[in-house]
Amino acid sequence: MPKITYISHDGKKNTVEVPVGLTVMEGALQNDIQGIDADCGGSMACATCHVYVQETWFNKLEKAQDGEQDMLDMAYEPKKNSRLSCQIIVSDQLDGLEITTPIKQT
Amino acid sequence: MIKTDAIIIGAGPTGLFAVHQLGIIGLKSEVIDNLDRAGGQCIELYPDKPIYDIPGIPECTGEELTKGLLKQIQPFKNNFHLNQRVEEIKQENNVWILKTNKGNLFSAPNIIIAGGVGSFEPRKLSLKEAEKFEGSQIFYSVTNKALFKDKKVTIFGGGDSALDWALELSKLNEITLIHRRNEFRGAAHTLSEIKKKEKEGKIKIKTPYNLKSIEGDKTMTGIEIENEDGKLEKIKNDYILSFFGLIMKLGPIADWDLNISKKTIPVDTESFQTNKKGIFAIGDICTYPGKLKLILSGFHEAALAARACFKRARPDETYRFEFTTASKSIHDRLGLKK
Repeated sequence: MPKITYISHDGKKNTVEVPVGLTVMEGALQNDIQGIDADCGGSMACATCHVYVQETWFNKLEKAQDGEQDMLDMAYEPKKNSRLSCQIIVSDQLDGLEITTPIKQT
Repeated sequence: MIKTDAIIIGAGPTGLFAVHQLGIIGLKSEVIDNLDRAGGQCIELYPDKPIYDIPGIPECTGEELTKGLLKQIQPFKNNFHLNQRVEEIKQENNVWILKTNKGNLFSAPNIIIAGGVGSFEPRKLSLKEAEKFEGSQIFYSVTNKALFKDKKVTIFGGGDSALDWALELSKLNEITLIHRRNEFRGAAHTLSEIKKKEKEGKIKIKTPYNLKSIEGDKTMTGIEIENEDGKLEKIKNDYILSFFGLIMKLGPIADWDLNISKKTIPVDTESFQTNKKGIFAIGDICTYPGKLKLILSGFHEAALAARACFKRARPDETYRFEFTTASKSIHDRLGLKK
């Protein structure tokens, strides 16, 4: 099973196994990882599952749709490497993915 | 004090259908919502997005679903109490008393919480200093346009609200529009109007920039913005308007001792009652084994909670299950002509 590492804003690492096909957001909720709220439940409507993706990984992800970019405009302190974790689907290729959660989501 | 059979907190699809389910079994309800209109997430987050999993409706938008539900509950003539949030609840002899932030009082044997993920509030600027000037020089909505006449106004955001206000206020003075990326999201017509105003010098566009700091002690005199490469720029301004959409906050419900965890309220799946007798939770806000956050689940939950409300609202009557196709009393409640 692919391992995903969630890094908190103050650097605490939490590596968990997330089944292929789930999203990085769901992986966080199922493993009680703090820092991802996911208020809208993954319908790309709230920007509270916002994460920063380490640069090396960022380019390996499928590009964000327009709708995701629009929602990222609403996120708390978005950066170049911002993504919505509900739109990143875990695959074997993403084994080892590291993402950082922002200081807060709202 | 408004007395009723059930008070519904939240006017989203689940709350609206609860009005219906209470109505057909002869119970009155009042609906309270923090927004200025009914519809909840359907109307605020995805009014134009099609929904494909409402039984019997192959495709409808959030707005269409809301309109349909409002039409469906019309016969029950319930009241909506909008633009207000329930602040306090207390129990007096088996009856719940609710008070909203506008001071309105309600009493009922039943409360149905259909609050979704919480009430909607504008997303605020992340800088701490922004709080100091909120309401005097920094605004998240426009109530008095005249305030901005001949003043330096900076607008943050890249969506419809930011663009529409930039256009509207550019009639009064020069506007600076700041957005974190180069693309704006808006109607084609709006975008071309913005371009036109930019050429005329009425709107200055700064992208891709974010707010870095706010200058001024008692009065805000200007701001500093930063782009992705760390380039800084100072802008003198009198007012900031910020449009970063809405967030959802649980608010006072969190303090009602309902065993909330992960922003959801545990309920039993027979009546959707919480740990407090007479307080029910339905829709996205409730949780139980197997819970799905679907609108259709909310409808089912509303139907069962309504029946449970009957027992508390009419303790001396026997509830009798009836079908809408065949029941004369339901037809009367729906106002159907004989």
